[in-house]
Amino acid sequence: MDDLAKKWELFINVFINKGGYNVVLDGLLNTLKIAVFGLVIGMIIGTLISMVKLLPQYKKSARIAGKVCNVYVAFFRGSPMVVQLLLGYYVILPLMGIRISSVIASIIVFGLNSGAYVSEIMRGGILSVDPGQMEAGRALGLSYWTTMFKIVVPQAIKNILPTLGNEFITLVKDTSIVGFVGANDLTCAFGYLASNNYEYIVPYVIMALIYIVIVLIFSGMIHIMEKKLRKDERHATIH
Amino acid sequence: MQQFTDENCILDVKNLCKEFDGHKVLDNISTKIYDGEKVVIIGPSGSGKSTFLRCLNCMEDPTSGSIYFDGVDIADMKVDINVHRQKMGMVFQQFNLFNNKTVLENIILAPVHVRKAELRKNKKKYPGLTVKKIVEEEKEKAFQLLDRIGLREKADVYPATLSGGQKQRIAIVRALAMNPKIMLFDEPTSALDPEMIGEVLSLIKRVADKGMTMVIVTHEMGFAREVGTRILFMADGNIQEEAPPEEFFNNPKNQRLKDFLSKVL
Repeated sequence: MDDLAKKWELFINVFINKGGYNVVLDGLLNTLKIAVFGLVIGMIIGTLISMVKLLPQYKKSARIAGKVCNVYVAFFRGSPMVVQLLLGYYVILPLMGIRISSVIASIIVFGLNSGAYVSEIMRGGILSVDPGQMEAGRALGLSYWTTMFKIVVPQAIKNILPTLGNEFITLVKDTSIVGFVGANDLTCAFGYLASNNYEYIVPYVIMALIYIVIVLIFSGMIHIMEKKLRKDERHATIH
Repeated sequence: MQQFTDENCILDVKNLCKEFDGHKVLDNISTKIYDGEKVVIIGPSGSGKSTFLRCLNCMEDPTSGSIYFDGVDIADMKVDINVHRQKMGMVFQQFNLFNNKTVLENIILAPVHVRKAELRKNKKKYPGLTVKKIVEEEKEKAFQLLDRIGLREKADVYPATLSGGQKQRIAIVRALAMNPKIMLFDEPTSALDPEMIGEVLSLIKRVADKGMTMVIVTHEMGFAREVGTRILFMADGNIQEEAPPEEFFNNPKNQRLKDFLSKVL
């Protein structure tokens, strides 16, 4: 026990007296930034891809666009995120002559990656909505896109919210790899604290706990959102 | 007696054909539907009557043939079909109320959307009109319609809490809110419990009595006889016989129709 108390003291020393909390706060912020903005970008890209894939196939342009989307999804689902991150940050960006911070680069890669997954989730969600909803909108003289965005997509999102929450949680945890391109995230920050005095137990246990707390908070928020969106269903009070 | 002239012809269907994967569902149908007519389509299942109805507003694109509505061939793929559908109400077997919208939102959604788009395009034509005003006006109109069917207190509930009969009556009102020139009914009572069929049919009858032009696909023979001004019997993708209800039911000529009536009456 004495040993652990001593380790705790050492950690507090690094964390507070040596200003380690600044590093951790910065890391926490970056982790949240990458996950949240990554999901937002992913939602937008994913929705667009799912729309393209669901377009009526009698036009040649729709078929070609569908093929392009298939390649995109195949690449981002088929390779590890670390590989995509390394490729993006050390190969593609320098080749294009673009210099951006590793956090921004991570956000972009996370967005692109999550877009591939969200597109399939969203496609499933849209297909799960009764086709009669689209028919009713079109019969009233609304356009395909108006009906899609006012009627079908809101119902699809309600249906896929639990899966989408899953995707977001995965994204939060996957941020722990951005250290590969030199971005300071939560994992990096605690690694840095630990390397200060080579005491790993306390910082790494706390790190794990923080991840769990973040995920729990987000799960709670998703649950509340789901409840709100289900207000149009019967038996909304029974759980 | 009403005059049937080209001036008051609402829908002119010419040589309409529809194929699904090479299988011919509608085989060269031609007919005219005049202002104020209540055309009832009956026939055995698989006869193409629903497909025919759905072709009238191009929910199914005809394989060939033309459909003139307001003098425009809406079967032509180059025509902006949405503009014409705004003047053609449609009521479905499965009601198809928007599940994510309240009853009131269901009714005003399309009229508000269409009028907003029109306002944006042509501001000078409507001096003093704002989006807010449009919404207010459409709400007022929706409440009047809901009053007519006695469902005003349901304005703010979601469709999931309504009975089938209530849903279908609201679906009819939703179509009426667009002030259509013609209403298409696709088996409006087939998904209803028996005790709810009456309320829906009586609403359709009330709309009919106000002079609305209608095309109704139904299995309710009594209703067809009561409301219809012309009955079409469809089988094998063709109109086999058409006549006013009296003659149609009392003096059928086509053998297929005789067999059909002997089974259902």
